[in-house]
Amino acid sequence: MQTIQKIGLGLFLTGFAVWIVTLSLGQFVLTENALKENLKPEHYELIRPRVQNIIGQTYSTAFGFGNAFRAEVETLNEEFRSAQKYDQVIYDNYSLPVAKASSQGTIIQQTGLWFWLSFGLAILGAFLYILPNRRKHPGIKNDHIYHSPATSRGWIGIVLGSFLILFYIALYFYPEYVVNWIILVDPLSQALSGNPASQWFLYGFLYTLAVVIMGIRMLIKYRHSPYQMLRSLSVMFFQTSFAFLIPEILIRLNQPYYDFKNIWPLDYDFFFEFNLNTLISNGTLGLFMLGWGIALIVIAVPIFSYFFGKRWYCSWVCGCGGLAETLGDPYRQLSDKSLKSWKIERYMVHGVLVFAIVMTAFVLYTYFTGQSNVGPIDSYTVRSAYGFWIGALFSGVVGTGFYPLMGNRVWCRFGCPLAAYLGLVQRFKSRFRITTNGGQCISCGNCSTYCEMGIDVRWYAQRGQDIVRSSCVGCGICSSVCPRGVLNLENADPNSRVMIAPELMTGNEMPKIG
Amino acid sequence: MKHIVILGNGISGITAARHIRKHSDFRITVISGETEHFFSRTALMYIYMGHMKYQHTKPYEDFFWAKNRIELKKAWVKTIDFDTKTLHFETPETMQYDQLILAVGSSINRFGWPGQELAGVQGLYSYQDLELMEANTAAVTSAVIVGGGLIGIEMAEMLLTRNIPVTFLVREKSYWNNVLPEEESALIGRHIEEHGVKLRLSTELAEIIPDENGRVKAIKTTTNEQIECQFVGLAVGVHPNLSLLKDTKLETDRGILVNEFLETNLPDVYAIGDCVQHRTPQQDRKSVEQIWYTGRIMGETVARTICGERTAYQPGVFFNSAKFFAIEYQTYGQVPARLPEECDTFYWENKEKQVALRLNFRKDNQALTGVNGFGIRLRHEVFDRWIKEKKPIQQVLAQLHEAHFDPEFFRRYEPEIVADYNEKHPTTPITQVRQPNFWEKLFS
Ligand SMILES: Cc1cc2nc3c(=O)[nH]c(=O)nc-3n(C[C@H](O)[C@H](O)[C@H](O)COP(=O)(O)OP(=O)(O)OC[C@H]3O[C@@H](n4cnc5c(N)ncnc54)[C@H](O)[C@@H]3O)c2cc1C
Ligand code: SF4
Ligand code: SF4
Repeated sequence: MQTIQKIGLGLFLTGFAVWIVTLSLGQFVLTENALKENLKPEHYELIRPRVQNIIGQTYSTAFGFGNAFRAEVETLNEEFRSAQKYDQVIYDNYSLPVAKASSQGTIIQQTGLWFWLSFGLAILGAFLYILPNRRKHPGIKNDHIYHSPATSRGWIGIVLGSFLILFYIALYFYPEYVVNWIILVDPLSQALSGNPASQWFLYGFLYTLAVVIMGIRMLIKYRHSPYQMLRSLSVMFFQTSFAFLIPEILIRLNQPYYDFKNIWPLDYDFFFEFNLNTLISNGTLGLFMLGWGIALIVIAVPIFSYFFGKRWYCSWVCGCGGLAETLGDPYRQLSDKSLKSWKIERYMVHGVLVFAIVMTAFVLYTYFTGQSNVGPIDSYTVRSAYGFWIGALFSGVVGTGFYPLMGNRVWCRFGCPLAAYLGLVQRFKSRFRITTNGGQCISCGNCSTYCEMGIDVRWYAQRGQDIVRSSCVGCGICSSVCPRGVLNLENADPNSRVMIAPELMTGNEMPKIG
Repeated sequence: MKHIVILGNGISGITAARHIRKHSDFRITVISGETEHFFSRTALMYIYMGHMKYQHTKPYEDFFWAKNRIELKKAWVKTIDFDTKTLHFETPETMQYDQLILAVGSSINRFGWPGQELAGVQGLYSYQDLELMEANTAAVTSAVIVGGGLIGIEMAEMLLTRNIPVTFLVREKSYWNNVLPEEESALIGRHIEEHGVKLRLSTELAEIIPDENGRVKAIKTTTNEQIECQFVGLAVGVHPNLSLLKDTKLETDRGILVNEFLETNLPDVYAIGDCVQHRTPQQDRKSVEQIWYTGRIMGETVARTICGERTAYQPGVFFNSAKFFAIEYQTYGQVPARLPEECDTFYWENKEKQVALRLNFRKDNQALTGVNGFGIRLRHEVFDRWIKEKKPIQQVLAQLHEAHFDPEFFRRYEPEIVADYNEKHPTTPITQVRQPNFWEKLFS
């Protein structure tokens, strides 16, 4: 490591540490105003008397404050439930907005300072660490991956994985704990959309930052490969514009929040009542968005996947894919390549696809008939189960939290219903394949090891067969790392895919008998 | 049921076992003292460099063998009694065979240098060698590699990942010039030096000097230069491993002698892979060819014979590949270091990108005889066909894009190559066949 990289790492870790420390900065004092401004009037009436003791009290951490406030609302809800007054139960999460409004001290007064001390330093450090790699010779850079505790499930990987898991749990279920982080990005959110930041803005900001910075790392690492550079640029572009900036600008223009590249069933709430209503009630643009979303599902997915394979989405456009290919790149080798995991994968990913379709069918049934029950099943229970288990736990906590433990595509491989759909097209009706170059494979294993989707690429390559697998996201890394130039991602006549190992591989001229 | 015993679990032995299983129900046992499971020897360097772990280099999952009823035995065979068809292990155990396939691989060459047995001096062939290299290089501040071939350059690359400076002694006047033509040899030589290897051409090892603990502390070259080092990598080639077979009835010369059916002089004993010497090698081929692919093809072939379809070893057009630091190398057909009398050659190189292509062809009918690609991936199937078809070089160049195997969006060199050819042959210029455009390709 060069000195400048060491400095970079130091700065990054300092920025990161400051960021963690900001969680404990300032105090929280609940005021009458904070309640009034953030609670719906009917809820205000209910909650106000309960939090009497909290008002005016000084809490030194968001945890203490959040827990105290949440406990009071919970007690209230418990009472409603035991009295069977289910319609009165409060589902709105008020802890975050109330915590935000109750925050005092340096984090509010010197937000900019803390922003730069945390994010600023970390970003600067990351660049100092990454950019000097340009001086290395171009070519595959996998040295010491299995020596480093960060990339081989060592202690750094475990610490990082635990951090990510905790982060996701806080983000999805206890956002009030990380309220100070949300406050840090408030000015940015105000500037973009004119609204205060939510935990989702914080998430989008961090996500985009990760994709861009680690994307630059990819650009440098693979600067000998135009394919890798272009697709990295592509995911960086789609994340920054389509996923992050455009939706915020739409909000600023009083239009519906919409990510033009997110496709159902990955975008599982696309057909939810609230979304349909928003789109329908927003004039031409809203209707266009509705049509666009449906066209992506029924036209773009089959057609593009037919011509290019699912990679057009998974490795070039998708946000989850974008994060996996950038932030997740150091962990791609950790995916399980066993036959057993392939079996589990097929059950799981197609199971989630079926779940998503059934759930959406229920949603639409309820939408059009107004009945919440389909037979004995409550359609709202189904969708909230999907949201909790698949939307939050699987795609977030497991999908990203397990990067350093199970590889960077856990979600894409085992959970993403859109990947399952794209994969079916790719497997059965597509021009895409990875061509094996005759008999040149030396079975070294680089391709299988670095396949993030856990495909045992070598199994096919060493028997002269093309790789046609529904899960392949076409990242092209197998082709990049192959030291013998054996693999090439290609589109051609679907019938020319070599699906069965040839009896004799190129280079053996003995007579055929089969 | 017939018991087929395969001695050696490398690519040749394992390929034989798999194909025998495919076509028969015979009992199959594969023996090796090196590792329990088949692993890819060619990937040893990647384990050392931390790209992979040992388990990643196993081409088949561990359950594969039992599932396919291929019995594995990890043990060293000490002697073979060909009369009673018995293998004697280092332990008192024995094993009977009905048919024996010898796939015992190679051993590394040592040319009797003083000090070649010292601690810190080693070659790289087996998994044990890799473990030894790990131990030997733990606290090393400089290393010397002897021998200008493929394993030497791999060892140099390995050591550099541990920040160990490497001096590379090459006997010839340029790198691997007994295999590569001059230009390619120079290209790789430059590339090696750019990566920080101290390349000493026309330099031979004279002796290895020990310190007081019997470890290497320096080497001396034939020009009497002394180079300090705590590690010496011997990479001066390999020879068929005959250690087990000396003074037996089995006929050997440099390797185990086999006919075109891979049969040895003894009934029911076959030999394949690195350990083989062909009595009558095919035209243009060497009698001892120690590469991965020939081992694999011999394995495929001998399986046929064992299963009742006596089949001759018929490797087609030669092919091979390697990687020198970042430069990939692929070759098809014959591109010898010295151009044969009846051949002519066309060589193109992009100096800045370190990409090169050489096409050899016959003077009389212009037929393509061989190709070398550096930093450019070439389609095996296409060159195999072109060489077999004896396609004239002009047509090859005009259709070169068909053999293109680089990933999408990579720079296409065909126009430069053709332009270069036309410059060198102004009287007979060629025009590239028009390549399909995006839309044509989309629907082709
Ligand atoms: C570092 C390295 C890199 C290479 N790279 C390439 C490359 O890129 N391309 C290429 O074409 N070739 C390459 N080669 C050469 C290639 O690996 C060999 O040609 C090939 O592995 C030979 O296979 P084989 O099955 O004949 O023998 P081996 O793989 O050597 O298998 C023989 C086995 O038999 C066992 N054995 C021998 N005697 C006994 C005994 N008495 N008892 C029990 N077991 C015994 C040995 O331990 C060994 O496991 C490379 C070789 C090395 C060492
Ligand atoms: S990386 Fe290339 S040579 Fe190695 S196993 Fe895969 S296809 Fe074969
Ligand atoms: S098979 Fe290759 S292109 Fe497909 S996902 Fe795996 S590494 Fe990427």
